[in-house]
Amino acid sequence: MEQFYAIAITIIAASTPLLIAALGELVVERSGVLNLGVEGMMIMGAVCGFGAAYVSGNPYVGLLASIFGGIAMSILFGFLTLTLLANQVATGLAITLLGIGLSALIGESFVGQPIQRLPNFHGINILIVFSFVLTALVSWFLFRTRTGLMIRAVGDSHVSAHAMGFPVVGLRYACVAFGGACAGLAGGYLSVADTPQWVENMTAGRGWIALALVVFSTWLPKRLVFGAYLFGTISILSFTVQTMALGIPSQLLSCTPYLVTVAALVVISRNRQLLRANTPACLGQPFLADR
Amino acid sequence: MPLRLEKRAERSSTMALLSPIIAIGLTLIFGAIVFAMRGVDPLHGLYVYFLEPLTDEWAREKLIVKATPLVMMAAGLSISYQANVWNIGAAGQLYMGALVAGLVPVFLTGWQTPEVMLVMLILGIAGGALWAMIPAILKVKFNANEILTSLMLVYVAELVFDWLVRGPLRDPKGYNFPKTVNFAGWQTLPAWGDVHLGALLALLAALGLGFLMYRMLKGFELRTLGSAPRAGRFAGFSADKAVYFCFGVSGGLAGLAGACDVMGVGRQLQTPYSTPSYGFVAIIVAFLGRLNPVGAILAGLLLALTFLGGEAAQTTLHIPDKIAKVFQGVLLFFVLACDTLVLYRLKWESRK
Amino acid sequence: MMKKLLISAGALALALGMATSAHADGKLKACWVYLGAIGDMGWTYQHNVGVEQVKKELGDKVETVVVENVPEADAAGPIERLARDGCNIIFTTSFGYMEPTLQVAAKYPKVMFEHATGFKTAPNVTTYNAKFYQARYVEGVIAAKMSKTGTAGYIVSFPIPEVVMGINSFMLGAQSVNPNFKVKIIWANTWFDPGKEGDAAKVLFSQGADIIVQHTDSAAAITVAEEQKKFGFGQSSDQIKFGPHAQLSAAVDNWGPYYVRRLKELMDGSYKSNMQSWDGMAEGTVAMAPFTNMPDDVKAMAQKTFDDIKSGKLEPFTGPITKQDGSTIGEKGKPLAAGDILGMNFYVKGIDDKLPQ
Repeated sequence: MEQFYAIAITIIAASTPLLIAALGELVVERSGVLNLGVEGMMIMGAVCGFGAAYVSGNPYVGLLASIFGGIAMSILFGFLTLTLLANQVATGLAITLLGIGLSALIGESFVGQPIQRLPNFHGINILIVFSFVLTALVSWFLFRTRTGLMIRAVGDSHVSAHAMGFPVVGLRYACVAFGGACAGLAGGYLSVADTPQWVENMTAGRGWIALALVVFSTWLPKRLVFGAYLFGTISILSFTVQTMALGIPSQLLSCTPYLVTVAALVVISRNRQLLRANTPACLGQPFLADR
Repeated sequence: MPLRLEKRAERSSTMALLSPIIAIGLTLIFGAIVFAMRGVDPLHGLYVYFLEPLTDEWAREKLIVKATPLVMMAAGLSISYQANVWNIGAAGQLYMGALVAGLVPVFLTGWQTPEVMLVMLILGIAGGALWAMIPAILKVKFNANEILTSLMLVYVAELVFDWLVRGPLRDPKGYNFPKTVNFAGWQTLPAWGDVHLGALLALLAALGLGFLMYRMLKGFELRTLGSAPRAGRFAGFSADKAVYFCFGVSGGLAGLAGACDVMGVGRQLQTPYSTPSYGFVAIIVAFLGRLNPVGAILAGLLLALTFLGGEAAQTTLHIPDKIAKVFQGVLLFFVLACDTLVLYRLKWESRK
Repeated sequence: MMKKLLISAGALALALGMATSAHADGKLKACWVYLGAIGDMGWTYQHNVGVEQVKKELGDKVETVVVENVPEADAAGPIERLARDGCNIIFTTSFGYMEPTLQVAAKYPKVMFEHATGFKTAPNVTTYNAKFYQARYVEGVIAAKMSKTGTAGYIVSFPIPEVVMGINSFMLGAQSVNPNFKVKIIWANTWFDPGKEGDAAKVLFSQGADIIVQHTDSAAAITVAEEQKKFGFGQSSDQIKFGPHAQLSAAVDNWGPYYVRRLKELMDGSYKSNMQSWDGMAEGTVAMAPFTNMPDDVKAMAQKTFDDIKSGKLEPFTGPITKQDGSTIGEKGKPLAAGDILGMNFYVKGIDDKLPQ
């Protein structure tokens, strides 16, 4: 039983950063913006979070700083794509490159320094609880509030939304900032709660997984939880199977989370109606109000 | 806001030429500041970062070698993205192309006739194209979003490559190092200095696809399906066939890039293998080239320049890698921001 | 005739002397190529610590240049650039740099190259390595004494001979104390991913291991051990800060003495190339962090094992060694041949995991 609990906690810990980052990106994409810079925002969140926790001695301060780190990067992204109308895909990728370099620069003096880990109760820390609360909040906000409706309208047809008087650019900026905050917080989770240290590039591609999970979830928050935990569970289980020394090559075991995600997507995608109803039609297209 | 953007009636061709120049100008200013702050003579720094790769012959060769896989992949991705087929898995297709082509030197080391080079290149194309068929089939038959499937398959390709090269494909005389035998003779690409045949193939691919996109019906078909899918359907263009075509071409080119890389540069398969990461950079290249396969040539050279410049900054100017990466990101920002001016103009609005 | 011989000998000596002489400003230029970032707190970080020692001891005579984050497939360019920029000696610090190092070395015969953890040499290429497995043996001894479950968890990146010999040496050390000691192994398939290493540590602890050993670069596993009040060994550098109650010791890569020695040899002309250099504890290249968090008798045993290996009295890979498949390798009482160790691709008996063949 104890072994089962230990594995369960490990799975939850591994899935949480994916879930938080993906929730943010889900909101961003629902508003019609494709932000491929999640990885860059996450790593900036990680370094800001660690740095603040190290300097202040307080992990909570670190988490707060990680949110701001993510927001800062996302405002930069927003300025380029929403005000200057630069291509969203390329800008997102550029943000990722910038984030990786900038975080390494900022984190130079933090390498090899330990900090106090975020306190937890039997392995469960506040961010894990928060990730579920956030899912419920995002779900409620998007589908049960007027602002959420506006956001979805903007994502589906920004021209019509603008004609109806919705502040398209303003809403998108807000969503992008929210996405940045979530990505930053997810990064802070890694450097403050999960493995309290700073190492260059420590997010190691989790931002990309989060992006993939948003697509997997067909932009529905509850499905996102399923996706994040599916991925996390298979990843941890593949390690567990390794310890059993069955002779299966570790690389093939490591393939399983990706293959299972693809298979699950295939099953989910058969419902074309649901897909069409939830895919933001204007995803990735720039919007300029003409007077 | 006193300053705002207004869409131009049509693309400004003056700005199309000017915007990259403005971007480079801004980057040069930014670069000069960074160099000065690090105690490096700004002019020397700018020379080493930007001009040396263009003027120094050794550096020029390295520039072309670095740009080759970028251009080759970006050309294929350009047509794919124009048709709204989002192949994000070029990196994985590169792995597969390199792997399949590499099977020949591992299992048929003695085959040393001119044909073997062609066979290996074709195998490379096949490896990449077949790996790309998986997300294509999943999209057409099961409506599965290709962004996710092609991306996930990159990780799978990487792991399979690692497993094979570390295991059965290992060089038996290699002290169990994770690498294959060295390729030799006709199983490698001819080269002029450092520049191998792949560079020519990349150029041909970009020009060829450019011709396809803008002078052939197929290109019109793809562009229509991408920008006006309903019109395309009315015209009888098959979206499904376009998915297969785009994945096939972009995957095949990525696979070819992999084959050329292992046959022309590394001359072996070894793991970990870093060239596939260029599969993601190629996406940036495609967009910088405004999704025009011919534009990918210049964009690929530009991005290769930033990588080379970063290397030079580290070795010659003693500027740490981190700053070089930041520099690269900022350069991209300037280019992207200035690109706006091609489609939109800035207008001053006086307050009334 | 004699005169001609003397003149040509003189010219040769002059040429050789010029080849290894310092720059016009009197300084030798030594350059390093790193696979990762100095901030990885692991392999690359330790090489850089060595470079810092060079700067401290030889700073007035040697100019140092380091290049980080050079991927293996792309290495030829940076290595050649260093050669062109006037480096007198270039250290390439990853086995994946083998072919690019040889390629560039062939083009620049006057520049000396040193390739870490490789096996191919050339007239101007030396391979250098350190006997890290010696430290693993000591860790094995400690682990067997300290473990209550008789099982250790081993987190590794990729199955290269370097890693395999570490696992084997660890097991041999553990088996010398407890013949039934077990080890569970997880391959993370990456050198840099603290999150994954942490996850692997958690999984291993949940599967019955109570001591963690790693051959990956970050301190993630130690932080997990600290959190779960279990024990572990640091890797590459002393990670006691991350696990004040958890770290038993750490294998420390101490490249400084080696680098200083080689550069001094280069400067005074006694430098020899085209050989395989394999320092160990005796030369100080392999060190261990202080033995902490253990009872005094274990500490004493660990210290004795360390001293025995350092003095040469004890060699972990002394024959005969029984392989996993039952066959034996090596002659009784004699250490295994260097080639067998460098290319090690078998497990010793007692390990359950399977190696790719």
